[in-house]
Amino acid sequence: MAAEDALLDLREVVAGYEEVEVLRGVSLAVRAGEIVSIIGANGAGKSTLLRTVFGMLRPRAGTIRFAAGEIAGLGPTEVLRRGIGYVPQGRCNFPAMSVEENLEMGAYLRRDRRVRADIEALLARFPVLATKRRDPAGTLSGGQQQILEMAISLLLHPRLLMIDEPSLGLDPRMVETVFDTILAINREGTTILMVEQNARKALSVSHRGLVLELGRNRFEGSGEALLHDPEVRQHYLGGR
Amino acid sequence: MALLEVRGLVKHFLGVTAVDRVDLAVEPGELVSLIGPNGSGKTTLFNCVTGYLPADGGRILFRGHDLAHVAPHRVARLGLARTFQQVSVFARLSALENLLVFLQQHQEERLLARLVRTRRLRRLEEEAVERARRLLDLVGLGARADAAAGSLSYGQRKLLAFAGALMSDPELLLLDEPAAAVNPTMIEQMKEHILALHRQGKTVLLVEHNMDVVMDISERVVVLDHGQKIAEGPPEAIRRDPRVVEAYFGR
Repeated sequence: MAAEDALLDLREVVAGYEEVEVLRGVSLAVRAGEIVSIIGANGAGKSTLLRTVFGMLRPRAGTIRFAAGEIAGLGPTEVLRRGIGYVPQGRCNFPAMSVEENLEMGAYLRRDRRVRADIEALLARFPVLATKRRDPAGTLSGGQQQILEMAISLLLHPRLLMIDEPSLGLDPRMVETVFDTILAINREGTTILMVEQNARKALSVSHRGLVLELGRNRFEGSGEALLHDPEVRQHYLGGR
Repeated sequence: MALLEVRGLVKHFLGVTAVDRVDLAVEPGELVSLIGPNGSGKTTLFNCVTGYLPADGGRILFRGHDLAHVAPHRVARLGLARTFQQVSVFARLSALENLLVFLQQHQEERLLARLVRTRRLRRLEEEAVERARRLLDLVGLGARADAAAGSLSYGQRKLLAFAGALMSDPELLLLDEPAAAVNPTMIEQMKEHILALHRQGKTVLLVEHNMDVVMDISERVVVLDHGQKIAEGPPEAIRRDPRVVEAYFGR
């Protein structure tokens, strides 16, 4: 696709950890308003791609543009300021702090007076968090913690929200709730880039998908097209 | 006699009854799945069975031995191996070395033999390395055998832990969400391997939210909700059980 209308545009990105090269020239364009899913085998570089965009890893080559500005080489705090949120794999950062305190921590980059109102609005929007606002976050179920993490990242009003395996460890009902939440966030205008092993579920809600293999682009297409592609089904969807 | 028998197991956390008088019997050679919503007590039950948490009530019998107050390393040596949801690896050791460590946790200390380094011990070590390589191939990590485990992705660490649980050739294998964070194609292979172990007569108790896995391979499914057993039966019956649909499957 033409990159001019892309909100996030990666070109030939190479990145890795010490001697291990994980991304070997990945290109990806995400348009404003889209939900894009990255799928692929374990170790293909999916999580590394998100970490690299978020500035946790400095790309060794390639460009990463966000809202038409180069962000490759910026650190996470600056990437956050530019409007990219990130929900990493796993659970909440501050399990001993209450749900409300976790939200306050999430707003640490903000100096304005509307933080309080935004936190209240988020609690109203996610009733499951409101009923537990004074409980330690660590006592929430896995799905509730996932929703808390998404709520925290929304406090900075990101234009792009990156989520690493939103369904990890969740029971079937909670998976539905979390994906419904992602769709709702997207409908309100936040662009979503997610990594997900529940590839069928992810592709079924995505505008587009990218299949990574050994750190390179392998397939790209609409969620629907990838779900029906025989080769993708065979190699990345468990042959079903 | 059941290989594993849990009778009236009770476990409290801070006033919450995480496991509430649960009975569970697993016969030798059975493949049983334990399902239930997040927070229903599945992992707590695993932790009690494997000695990581002391039970507050009830009995746990493995081959008729009471495990209620047996330390985890002793439980492991009785022929019971488990995987964890939250995997931890020795980041600086290679994937292969991590598997050898898993194995060691299941063997009695033979300090003197180690010092003497008998020919027999060397042969055992060679066999262990060969077994570890086979298992790494099995989970698609063959090419990463000598890479530091710290360089593996989260999903790859899960696969490493799955291989680790198989290193000791356990009688009873307890798997806690082995398919979470694993790609669908590898999940199919994992299913095949669990079925192969089952055909060899191994006993498997599986906790898993991936219903393709649970429904395809289990002989029997046990459902927990709020710490209590609410249903038990063959997969087809569980799938249709109104209480399970309500508590777990949802729409």
